[in-house]
Amino acid sequence: MDHHDHSGPKAGADRRGFLKCMGGWAGAGALYSVSGGVMSSIGLDQAIGAPAKAASFTFLQVSDSHVGFNKPANPDAAATYKEAVGKILALPKKPDFIIHTGDITQLSKDQEFDDADQIIKATRLPVFHVPGEHDMLDEGQGKAYLGRFGKGTQGQGWYSFDHKGVHFVGLINVANLKPGGMGSLGGDQLEWLERDLAHRPASQPIVVFAHIPLWTVYADWGWGTDDAAQALSYLKRFGSVTVLNGHIHQITQKVEGNVAFHTARSTAFPQPVGGQGPSPGPLKVPTEQLHSMLGITTASVVHGKHDIALVDDTLA
Amino acid sequence: MPKLPAARSPLAMHLALALTFGFMPAALLPVLAAAAAPASAPVTVKIDNFVFGPAAITVAPGTTVTWVNEDDIPHNIVADDKSFRSKVLDTDEKFSFTFTKPGEYGYFCGLHPHMTGKVIVKAG
Repeated sequence: MDHHDHSGPKAGADRRGFLKCMGGWAGAGALYSVSGGVMSSIGLDQAIGAPAKAASFTFLQVSDSHVGFNKPANPDAAATYKEAVGKILALPKKPDFIIHTGDITQLSKDQEFDDADQIIKATRLPVFHVPGEHDMLDEGQGKAYLGRFGKGTQGQGWYSFDHKGVHFVGLINVANLKPGGMGSLGGDQLEWLERDLAHRPASQPIVVFAHIPLWTVYADWGWGTDDAAQALSYLKRFGSVTVLNGHIHQITQKVEGNVAFHTARSTAFPQPVGGQGPSPGPLKVPTEQLHSMLGITTASVVHGKHDIALVDDTLA
Repeated sequence: MPKLPAARSPLAMHLALALTFGFMPAALLPVLAAAAAPASAPVTVKIDNFVFGPAAITVAPGTTVTWVNEDDIPHNIVADDKSFRSKVLDTDEKFSFTFTKPGEYGYFCGLHPHMTGKVIVKAG
């Protein structure tokens, strides 16, 4: 595959840039219209007898960077986000792109969004975002986020795209939250998801990403999504589904049928295991321990294999 | 925390107009009520460890309730019926609202909706 230079001022760090870049070799429209799963360049590789391995790739998940956070649990969340970028640049295999599963900022301030953008841009990789509840705190309750990352998305910012045969779906479960509830997808988004998945072959690997876990990790702390079961019902028929979430600042995993659930570490501060602390607030650990509780996740997709392998690395 | 406007501010003029025409936007209610004679001592609700404390309070009409966030994580205050909504409260920030009409007002944190509380407003 032809690698374009991602170093342009916009192209390095946003989804638009990625589409523009991808458009150079695959046709931007193909990203959205291909439903058979295999993009044209891969089809060509296969036609000339390249090994199936040629289509394998990696992508990264980073989460909960909370740029702007400066409390005792981590006096400089921007600095540890930069360290995560250093880790990404040092990876032996260059990932195709990064998924950020939300809480980019601490308080949705313009300066925080700008700083976060500058930091991640240093990876020179396309970044796909979904917002966390911390990214919805502007006066417009998410308008600032949408202004930056919403182009080409639906509703409060949900979208999907295909990459090398894998279908990726970014969902929003931090908008219009209900009293006493947990995360929420809402009827409009669920309808869109059903349509988005309807005509895809069950053999296509699916990656769904959203901020709050799409399964109930710990209800008393709101660590779940009220209407996730509806979304998961649309995913049941697929042979390989990977669900990537953040929000809880620690790794949890669960496999249910063909669905593998995984939450990533934060790059900012850890949180306690559900119920094992007074609250889901930041967990204060000795400074020398902090980096071992922060991290990034690498996902390896091997063409022809159903499972997407996830490896979590710490910033230690 | 919302600041009371100076008498000459446009908001005050807006208020005067609202009074004249009997129209009271919900967002202006706390300012209005604070300007009128308060009916009882102000009440504070603390947000600590993702809990509103006390979670349920009973106050007389005209009481100003102030929420203060003592967590390291931001929260906000949203009425179940959306009749009031604070901006986001970072650590030690406050929000006040004056309850003028008797009734039961459920509220929650818009970021962490499992956090809920209730203000019961009744006379006497």
